[in-house]
Amino acid sequence: MNGLDHGTPAVVSDTAVTLSIDGLTVTVPAGTSLMRAAVDAGVTIPRLCATETLKPFGSCRLCLVEIEGRRGYPASCTTPAEEGMRVRTQTPKLAELRRNVMELYISDHPLDCLTCAANGQCELQTMAGVVGLREVRYGFAGANHLTATPDASNPYFSYDPAKCIVCNRCVRACEEQQGSFAIAIAGRGFDSRVTAGQGESFMASDCVSCGACVNACPTATLMEKTVVAQGQAERGIVTTCAYCGVGCGFRAEMKGTRVVRMVPWREGRANEGHACVKGRFAWGYATHPDRVTKPMIRATIRDAWREVSWEEALAHTAAEFRRIQNTHGKNAIGALVSSRCTNEEDYLVQKLVRAAFGNNNVDTCARVCHSPTGYGLGKTLGTSAGTQTFKSMDKSDVIVVIGADPGAGHPVVASRLKRRVRAGAKLVVIDPRETDIVNAPHARAAYHLKLRPGTNVAVLTALAHVIATEGLLDEAFIAARCEARSFAEWREFVSRPSNSPEALAAESGVAAADLRAVARLYATGGNAAIYYGLGVTEHAQGSTAVIAIANLAMATGNIGREGVGVNPLRGQNNVQGSCDMGSFPDIFPGYRHVSDAPTRESFERAWGKPLSAEPGLRIPNMFDAALDATFLGLYCQGEDPAQSDPDTRHVRAALAAMECVVVQDLFLNETAKYAHVFLPGASFLEKDGTFTNAERRISRVRRVMPPLAGKADWETTMALSNALGYPMHYDHPARIMDEIAALTPTFAGVSYDKLERLGSLQWPCDDEAPEGTPTMHATRFAHGKGRFLITQYVPTDEKVTRRFPLLLTTGRVLSQYNVGVQTRRTENVRFHGEDVLEIHPHDAAERGIAAGDWVGIQSRAGDTALRVAVTERVQPGVVYTTFHFPESGANLLTTDNSDWATNCPEYKVTAVQVARIAQPPERARDARGGATRRVAAPDAS
Amino acid sequence: MNTAKLIKMANQIGAFFDAMPDREQAVNDVATHISRHWEPRMRAALARHLVLHGDAELMPIVRHALPLLDDFRVAVVPTPDERTGRQ
Repeated sequence: MNGLDHGTPAVVSDTAVTLSIDGLTVTVPAGTSLMRAAVDAGVTIPRLCATETLKPFGSCRLCLVEIEGRRGYPASCTTPAEEGMRVRTQTPKLAELRRNVMELYISDHPLDCLTCAANGQCELQTMAGVVGLREVRYGFAGANHLTATPDASNPYFSYDPAKCIVCNRCVRACEEQQGSFAIAIAGRGFDSRVTAGQGESFMASDCVSCGACVNACPTATLMEKTVVAQGQAERGIVTTCAYCGVGCGFRAEMKGTRVVRMVPWREGRANEGHACVKGRFAWGYATHPDRVTKPMIRATIRDAWREVSWEEALAHTAAEFRRIQNTHGKNAIGALVSSRCTNEEDYLVQKLVRAAFGNNNVDTCARVCHSPTGYGLGKTLGTSAGTQTFKSMDKSDVIVVIGADPGAGHPVVASRLKRRVRAGAKLVVIDPRETDIVNAPHARAAYHLKLRPGTNVAVLTALAHVIATEGLLDEAFIAARCEARSFAEWREFVSRPSNSPEALAAESGVAAADLRAVARLYATGGNAAIYYGLGVTEHAQGSTAVIAIANLAMATGNIGREGVGVNPLRGQNNVQGSCDMGSFPDIFPGYRHVSDAPTRESFERAWGKPLSAEPGLRIPNMFDAALDATFLGLYCQGEDPAQSDPDTRHVRAALAAMECVVVQDLFLNETAKYAHVFLPGASFLEKDGTFTNAERRISRVRRVMPPLAGKADWETTMALSNALGYPMHYDHPARIMDEIAALTPTFAGVSYDKLERLGSLQWPCDDEAPEGTPTMHATRFAHGKGRFLITQYVPTDEKVTRRFPLLLTTGRVLSQYNVGVQTRRTENVRFHGEDVLEIHPHDAAERGIAAGDWVGIQSRAGDTALRVAVTERVQPGVVYTTFHFPESGANLLTTDNSDWATNCPEYKVTAVQVARIAQPPERARDARGGATRRVAAPDAS
Repeated sequence: MNTAKLIKMANQIGAFFDAMPDREQAVNDVATHISRHWEPRMRAALARHLVLHGDAELMPIVRHALPLLDDFRVAVVPTPDERTGRQ
């Protein structure tokens, strides 16, 4: 099922060379290998150690060729094509050499092809046939590796050294693609074997289970356990991963309606054939026994659930919503849109709210992650989105990563980043914690600015001060592309002594000399790109920090071409898309404010309903209004605010105060404890649609199995709308996209036909850019001239005191995803089975805390308990944890402080105290919440 | 609505625009931000609170900005609870 493999990577060159291969004339870019040129000419040269995703290695000695006028038999994978060269790939001598090589391989390889998991897909088996091997003279009597011990420690793949031909493809994939350098060839000569770490098992080594080695293996040495167990797939369907905002393309390999494996799609432009442990392996949740596949209702949250038909559940929901609106007004209900659902589904939910509910009370989990990105980039650059493709990084000379841990949150981007750093780009990490990319193998950061949590704006403004006062501005770019007045005001502001690195060093905790060095590097180091994450946005000044980043890019001319730009790393798979689709209470699809009359009228005409010109409630405002008894009904699709949102006690109290909470999800999540209606959701494998990743790339999601509950999420929303008396009738998500395109200028040129043809599209996609826009702002900003805004640093209200002397900041780990609803139901729990609190050795010693101890953690909002990891990854005075497990209660600690512009919660700064406790606390959250997940036994009658 | 939270939010908005050199524009921007992003019941709750309890907790820039909005120019009749100080 793999596509054509050219054997070695493509080469880009301005010069072309023409040569003859087996009498066929072919022209290729200079530097192209003979092996690749041969494939272009229609000739396949036998090979084992070569594949086009890896640099040529020249070890298998199977791809030998003869070149007229030259001696010997060079390897075609490592020999570049030259002008006028005459190459022969099939001669009696070459055939003899290849057969001899194959004979040696096979003499130390088990002959169990019929029972081998790779049977029919094994390159060794294929090559044996290609070279015409008919006998093996050496037998198995001599030394061999046939009894070598397999390693089955990894939950997803096995390693059988008996089948290894030591081609190095796995080792090179780990180095070149993933950048982990976790496996190597140990020993020399006959003793050479692939080994993980220092002779450890795969599970005990630094292997991150990305699967690149498995993908690269030409035999069954490294093999997915699902293939071993189930056999090979019958068909493959290309779709898009439903985990992070990288949006990797995958080929879902299927046996009937069952997924056998997910293989990263080589043609996928976001990932180019790479993947991480989540997308590659952690898809088993889709068929986990915990899936709820029957709609359920109950009168109160203390009752047991009762399974009902779809019709009854939807009629009950519609009746309840209308009852609440009739009693408390039409603004008393609203909806949360999922950033895990498709664009089409998100569009339908906001349409349901605006047209059927009759208000704008619709929000998305982007509220609690990247809403400051939308605000900050919209105000400065004119478009609420990142400016580049991920591939653009390949042309960066300086990469600044601020408040992001891509090794954990966006692993495929991290691999690309490390590759670029290994190639010579300078990396700057601005983060309170030592993330994985700071000291990656052979890709060490040039600078790590360990700032104090909450001081991003101080640091970014100090960088701007250096650029403005040391003559590092790109005056020509600014004059041509930016507003003169706003620039002059900004320049005056940042140049003030109060914004100098020296003035802000004490506050930020970053040495002035380092700030100056980083500013100079960013401004003068060539193409400089900024990548940032939730460590920028989830602050009281999140929007200000995003603005400060955009200011830096404009001031140095680092925008509008490849290799530069401002790049938010979006958390969930369709955060960008849910924002694009108008899932906010103040904007229609395409980021147009609800008060904009022409826009509103266009939607009114299309939807046949008058629409509100007033902004609706944001998520935290919904909860406040619930406690005020003015917001009493919530349609929550694919979100879990009871676990993911800050100040959990407040959220739970608000949910408990509502009269009708409808949860649409795969599982009974934490929010479902407070729900009155449960509508079964569909996983990404069960529906058609599109996701939009952090590059603005719209990619197809394709249904590979029927929805387990009978409905895809778009069908459920449609049915609810019909039950409410507002008709929606779409026969396929393609029709929904047609409506989106008709009403949204930046999507005007998007259609399923075009996506089918091009694979993916980056918006804006319109008449001006019919095949999309990889790089934004190339000639002008979306609103004309770039706008500088002043970024006054305002310290957070969340301050350390004697009672709360430590700052807690939160994040993610590689193997778990968000609130863990999906990944906790996979073997990924073997990599991370519980959330822990990271604490610096000094802070631990001061409190008598040792590694593995249980500690109580108390903040102004609440308390919880976690086990401790003592590590210097965090600085003194800072502690860190993740929020993947509900029992950890990380968000019991976080406060209701939020970003000034968007109400994005200040997850990243919470003052806490930590104290050792004798034993783990009793985890009794169900009792604490007073809510239940029980399902009533089926009625015997 | 929690008026203490609304006051804090309004002051946070004020703190951002307070740094802008054009004072008139900054005041307008505060008003516009609240108008475009706050749901009417939030604006109404803050307006009611200000009428009943004064605007001393607000930053000056916010104090100047709010009267630009219709919501903050309405007459407020206190409820019996509000008259007796119970909220």
